[in-house]
Amino acid sequence: MDGEKTKMIAQLLTSTLRVSTPLIFAALGGMFSERAGVINIALEGLMLVGAWAAAVGTLMTHSPWLGSGLGMLAGVLLAAIYGLFVIRLRANQIVAGMAINMFAFGLMPFLCKILYDVTGSTPAIPIADRFQSAPAYFVWLFVALAFVTMKYTPAGLWVSFAGEHPEALDAAGVRVNRVRWAAVLVSGALAGLGGATLSIFLSSSFSRSMTAGRGFMALAALIFGKWHPIRAALACLLFGFAEAVQIRLQGVVLWGSQPIPVQFIQILPYVVTILVLAGFVGRSRAPKALGTPFLRG
Amino acid sequence: MTRIIRAFLQPILAVFAGLCLGLAVTWIAGENPWHVFKILCLGAFGSSYDFGMTLSYATPLVFTGLSVAIAFHAGLFNVGAEGQLTLGALAAAAVGALWPQCPSIVAPVIAGLAAIFAGTFWGAIPGWLRARRGSHEVINTIMLNFIAAGLSSYVTLYMLKNPETQNPETRTIGVGYMIHQFAIFGGAPVSLALPLAILAAVCVWFFLAKTVWGFELRAVGQSESAARAAGISAANVRVTALSLAGALAGLVGVAEVLGNAGRFKVGFSPEYGFIGIAVALLGRNHPLGILAAALLFGALHKGASALDLETEHVTRDLSLILQALILLAVCAEGLWSWMAKKQK
Repeated sequence: MDGEKTKMIAQLLTSTLRVSTPLIFAALGGMFSERAGVINIALEGLMLVGAWAAAVGTLMTHSPWLGSGLGMLAGVLLAAIYGLFVIRLRANQIVAGMAINMFAFGLMPFLCKILYDVTGSTPAIPIADRFQSAPAYFVWLFVALAFVTMKYTPAGLWVSFAGEHPEALDAAGVRVNRVRWAAVLVSGALAGLGGATLSIFLSSSFSRSMTAGRGFMALAALIFGKWHPIRAALACLLFGFAEAVQIRLQGVVLWGSQPIPVQFIQILPYVVTILVLAGFVGRSRAPKALGTPFLRG
Repeated sequence: MTRIIRAFLQPILAVFAGLCLGLAVTWIAGENPWHVFKILCLGAFGSSYDFGMTLSYATPLVFTGLSVAIAFHAGLFNVGAEGQLTLGALAAAAVGALWPQCPSIVAPVIAGLAAIFAGTFWGAIPGWLRARRGSHEVINTIMLNFIAAGLSSYVTLYMLKNPETQNPETRTIGVGYMIHQFAIFGGAPVSLALPLAILAAVCVWFFLAKTVWGFELRAVGQSESAARAAGISAANVRVTALSLAGALAGLVGVAEVLGNAGRFKVGFSPEYGFIGIAVALLGRNHPLGILAAALLFGALHKGASALDLETEHVTRDLSLILQALILLAVCAEGLWSWMAKKQK
């Protein structure tokens, strides 16, 4: 009995690490863009194109590494469109983000239809071509890298200033919008990687709307983690744990006669985020210039 | 005068640009764009039934467009119409399923009020959080959308489950709750909700343009400090504005449950709440513009549904691409000011 319990806990923890992986990648992506002052509601769409391109790339090359490279590239491309609108054309970042998501959700099934003549999904990827566990380790390397970049490099300082005091950065002779461009593109690359882990690591093909709100959940984790790379990653773990519990407890009767309704576990991360933002549980403050386009005076 | 021309010209140009770009995508896919365009038009307006379906998609979009717009006027961004309309529809269905014998004279009114109440409540939460706790309504409304989806699916599956089907939907509501459907649309669910939507647009226009509350709301949206100097409580206005936005979104419940399905179906909305943002933006937050934009997006949605069968490579998802492109074209502030400069 005890052995079974330990096994179940071990399974729960492994599955937590696995399902958190796409969230962490996306949250790190969101961090770069938001710390630089650009809201990133588009994470969801960026993840979706990443998932699609990674699946297609892996099917073509039989290498998940090349596949994730392609997923990353697709994320960067879509992020470039987003950047064009929000940085160059000063579009409202929330509206443009929504539009990018809509675009991704419309385009991906369409491309599947052209490539494979199936609406909305790619063929299954053979198990030998998929990642078994690598991304779950690698993502922590990215967390460390993001932390070091933000804390100890000039680039990190520029990103912070672009989001907190763009005028000061401009006065120091650094082009604010260039920093924001870089941050948004990095954000696309990371979110694309996050999407890639969905299609070639956690499942066996791309399917439409496979991101299922994970981009928004990553955004929630980012806020819960106070826009800090390590804290955001830990928040992702917490949300990932909720997801793992929910998968494991599906239909399990813990007390009484009814199985636990998964819906309550599903909404938990979102409730927590609202409470944190409202300052009921700790306090989370957004970068000062978040959402305001920068125009040189 | 030039301002008025710009107000009309900009959305029309945006729609034109979005359509052209979207149809260019179909050309890359190996279709004849003109052919695709014809299918879109015929699918949306080809027969009285098709037109009826277009109208029945447009009706919820009027409500969500107005919902987003009224918040916009107060300087708030209501991304939460999706959650508000979900709970509005659920409330209407719950009342109708739990009290099926309600006399038919008052039944639709009671269910409609339930929908309005639920939407108002779900809108008031982010309003209160913004006014009293200072947390931004965009994130809160996005989170509340997910919470509403989870709650409604719980209530549907565990409390009001329809025993006759495997689908995630509630029991059917009493017959007395159903509102009149117009017969001239060949069976398309065009109900009294359509005139209600137009009435709502008129009311929103009257409220914003002709009442003191509407003035206060716009004042806070224009300049909080000026409004405060005039003795207007920005906090109260914000709560009111998002509550009203929630009420308007909740009315989608009337169109969907009382005018169409007769029950709450989990996931019934093809993201009416998000498309409402596009509708409000394209309609420049003016009730008249919103009516026109809702009709356009309703037509796109209906027209695209014919693409699956009628073309080789293009699917109904084209409507999402078109909507996204139109939205991007509308929101590109820099593009429009650059064009305005060029004219001078």
